[in-house]
Amino acid sequence: MIEIRNLYKTLEHQLVLNNLNLSVRRGETKAIIGRSGVGKSVLLKNIVGLMRPDRGSIKINGIEVTSLDEKVYNKLRMEIGMVFQGGALFDSMNVGENVAFVLNEFMNLDAKTVRDRVADALALVGLKDVEHMMPSQLSGGMKKRVSLARVLCMEPQIILYDEPTSEVDPITAAALIHLIIELRDKLKVTSLVVTHDMNLAYQVADSIAMFYRGQVIADGKPEDIKNSIHPVIRQFISGQAQGPITDDESLIFGHVK
Amino acid sequence: MLNFVIKTGATTNSLIRYIGQLAILWSQTVVLALTPSFKGVRSLIQANRIGPGSFIISALVAFFVGMIIALQMAYQMIQLSAEIYIPQIISVALTRELAPVLTALIVAGRIGAGIAAEIGSMTVTEQVDALKAFAVNPVKYLVVPRFLGLVLMLPVLTMLSDIIGIWGGYVICVYKLHISHEMFWRMVFKALVMKDVLTGLVKTIFFGMIIAIVGCHQGLTVRGGAEGVGKATTTAVVRSFILIIMTDCMITFIFYFLLKV
Repeated sequence: MIEIRNLYKTLEHQLVLNNLNLSVRRGETKAIIGRSGVGKSVLLKNIVGLMRPDRGSIKINGIEVTSLDEKVYNKLRMEIGMVFQGGALFDSMNVGENVAFVLNEFMNLDAKTVRDRVADALALVGLKDVEHMMPSQLSGGMKKRVSLARVLCMEPQIILYDEPTSEVDPITAAALIHLIIELRDKLKVTSLVVTHDMNLAYQVADSIAMFYRGQVIADGKPEDIKNSIHPVIRQFISGQAQGPITDDESLIFGHVK
Repeated sequence: MLNFVIKTGATTNSLIRYIGQLAILWSQTVVLALTPSFKGVRSLIQANRIGPGSFIISALVAFFVGMIIALQMAYQMIQLSAEIYIPQIISVALTRELAPVLTALIVAGRIGAGIAAEIGSMTVTEQVDALKAFAVNPVKYLVVPRFLGLVLMLPVLTMLSDIIGIWGGYVICVYKLHISHEMFWRMVFKALVMKDVLTGLVKTIFFGMIIAIVGCHQGLTVRGGAEGVGKATTTAVVRSFILIIMTDCMITFIFYFLLKV
């Protein structure tokens, strides 16, 4: 479904993705873990085409997207939904308009159908009667749910989650984890979840890939990662202050030299 | 000396790059404005935000500028017993030059800053990325309506400023310089010809483009958080002011020397 080969990306003279290789099978939920700034979100942006890689290959459904024309890419983007870290809801629109955004932009549907589909999408993420609220009135967790509902309206084949449980309290985080599992089982979508929340990764993922120095240093089932003896993985999943990651000065600033 | 050369070279390079980026954004905007699908309602919403809100301020400025020109002209013209020509000077100066430029500067300060801040905060909160991820072109969605709204509303605001500015001059000429009501309007319409009004309005189309493109460009290229948005807003206003004055000089030159109007 998603096939990434020898991917390189430099940002402001820093090599963020360094010969990265990763595969995600159809229907699989893969969690990407690693310290902040190792390029997890950059990878998602490269997949959805918000950034173009320096070199390397990204294939989605067998289509090479790195050199894809913007018009053709836009058609493919309709099959990929991205849930942004902060929700990225449109400030000037209420919740209903945000969720209906894609329907109003691209589909010629009557008002009642749009209303029904918005209500269905909001119900899927556990929200009801919030259509009239503005994004500024929502809590962090609600913003993420609305952002997910907006993506679900597109009926995507692939969902990319960027830190879905960051900046929310543990109870909201648990509810979001439950929601992602439910969607995975119900809709059978392929998901890529970027996180450093190990609890989230263990619960939602079929497989976990660990990023370090712009590369995937381990990719396996949650129990394989949990039982790994690799010092970098051990340090990361156990949250130790001392170890090979913090010894690497360049990573303190979140970038790989 | 070497440092000076390096600094000058770097500044020239970034200036050329900036002008190039504005030119690219302008051409994308024009092409996308002419490409279906057309959502005119978005441009009308922007026009509504620009026009009524700016009218009172630009009218007030134009009224007082009309009065100031009359007073300053009177200072010299009375010595020559030529105060009768003051209405002519007011009408031509306002319609050809002062009303278009002052209205553009007011709109650049009020609307250009707002555009940079609004789009800038959308950029830093990933809303612009979200548009792209939903296969929506941010230039078509954000820039085109603001561009068309400004190109549509600036000439309208300028025409109103022309009229109100002349009324400002009227107050001084009639009540202070004791030129009769009939004489004032006779002298205004004697001097004022359609090309004066039109040349002023043609300028405002360019000024509208400048305000929209500079404001949107600053917003779309914001780096950092709230501080970046603040900087972008200030930069948008300053650069719009400079470009408006430079463009005014160029267009006036073209009208006067090349087109002889």
